[in-house]
Amino acid sequence: MSEAIADRDTSETQPRSFNHMQSAHCESGVMAAMLSHYGLPMTEPMAFGLANTLSFAYIPLVKLSGMPLIAYRMPPHWIIKGLQKRIGLKMKFQTFRDQSEGMSKLDALIDQGKLVGLQTSVYWLPYFPDEMRFHFNAHNLLVFGREGDIYHLSDPVFEQAVTCPRRDLQKARFAKGALAAKGMLYYPEYVPSEVDFPEAIPKAIRANFKIMAKAPIPVIGVRGIRYLGKNLQKVARDPRKKDRYLRLYLGHIVRMQEEIGTGGAGFRFVYAAFLNEASRHTHAGLLQEASAKMTEAGDEWRRFALVASKMCRDRQGMDVAELDSILNGCADREMSVWNLLQKI
Amino acid sequence: MKKNEVPQDQASTYAGQHKLMYAVDEKGDYTGVPSSGWEVESNATRDALNAINRDRLSAWERAKHGETSPLEFHMYDRRMDLSLLAQTVGLFQWRVRRHLRPAIFAELSDSLLERYCEALGLSREQLQSLPETPPSE
Repeated sequence: MSEAIADRDTSETQPRSFNHMQSAHCESGVMAAMLSHYGLPMTEPMAFGLANTLSFAYIPLVKLSGMPLIAYRMPPHWIIKGLQKRIGLKMKFQTFRDQSEGMSKLDALIDQGKLVGLQTSVYWLPYFPDEMRFHFNAHNLLVFGREGDIYHLSDPVFEQAVTCPRRDLQKARFAKGALAAKGMLYYPEYVPSEVDFPEAIPKAIRANFKIMAKAPIPVIGVRGIRYLGKNLQKVARDPRKKDRYLRLYLGHIVRMQEEIGTGGAGFRFVYAAFLNEASRHTHAGLLQEASAKMTEAGDEWRRFALVASKMCRDRQGMDVAELDSILNGCADREMSVWNLLQKI
Repeated sequence: MKKNEVPQDQASTYAGQHKLMYAVDEKGDYTGVPSSGWEVESNATRDALNAINRDRLSAWERAKHGETSPLEFHMYDRRMDLSLLAQTVGLFQWRVRRHLRPAIFAELSDSLLERYCEALGLSREQLQSLPETPPSE
């Protein structure tokens, strides 16, 4: 990877020496690939964990296709910004009012040999399988080269690097609506050569503890998981919602948890992988135990998805009390992780 | 989740692609494992797509009979709903809802048509017409 940095001087338009790495999630994947490319080896779970990204939020005020927003991680850009603070990385961000200016700036950076991150809308990226194309405006990817109007992209959720024509890329960068990217691009201005893991890891874990265990409102963190369970019971009691809406709603929760690039169980396995990797740097016993407990929490989330899916397809009688109790089980297991991590 | 428990259900929604999952190996360490899909997830995806598709077919029928404007069909065809389309074009929902009425849509100003074309990625002719035959899927 390091030889790629050496040839930064040329105004090449050929794809440069860049190693595509597949990730579970776009933003953590982009940052892991970018830092590794510039000489700071970084895995996706480590990027995710160092930026204290794990969360849970049930936000009925924000609607996605008429359903409440349910998030398992902190909002977009949290990882990029969190890493800046945690490891002393410096990133340059730029958005554009004018679309052609946004495209020329991208071209200029690529032609200088820079690796550029973009915020895009999934729907307009032609290489996505048709059934995965939904309007989500905060999808991150890397551009590592271009040949005329064909861009070489490293989209972290794909197995291989892909290409995208200029017109489509422009549309994806400038799609309007919630979380509109406004052509946002970003690239590093300074990448540290190493991370003081024994220092950074406990800080990141303490910050994540506050999000999950000490959130000031009941819809965030571990309490938010219990709140969702109560909400399911409420929906099931509502005569207008207890049939069609309840099924769609459960399907929506499953999609938010599993489909939207979470690495399984709403990022719980990514975080468990972070704790596992972190245990090699510091607090070995404690972090390994916390990782195993987080895996149990993730397994329980997967069970929730499985049971909800069966109920939606009438392979099992609809029983929201059972779903509520599984969610409380997830919350209990996550709380036991944070009670343990509090000691760090 | 253990490595050997990572689902490999060959989901059609993945179109032959694999997604990366994280799972525990024999030594208790985490590792990335490619998954060809999980039935639970792909069912949820397909249910969501079917719900949009029902609206899309119904809009095509009604637009064919002049009961709604082609805009409603194109909105669902682009996997949008009223609130998302309104956000994308930057109008209040009640205005977009008015534009779904054929008489009002027919009188729409050039600048508003332009905004809908941009939001939906369609040419003027496409926006103002319907596909001949009912769309498949």
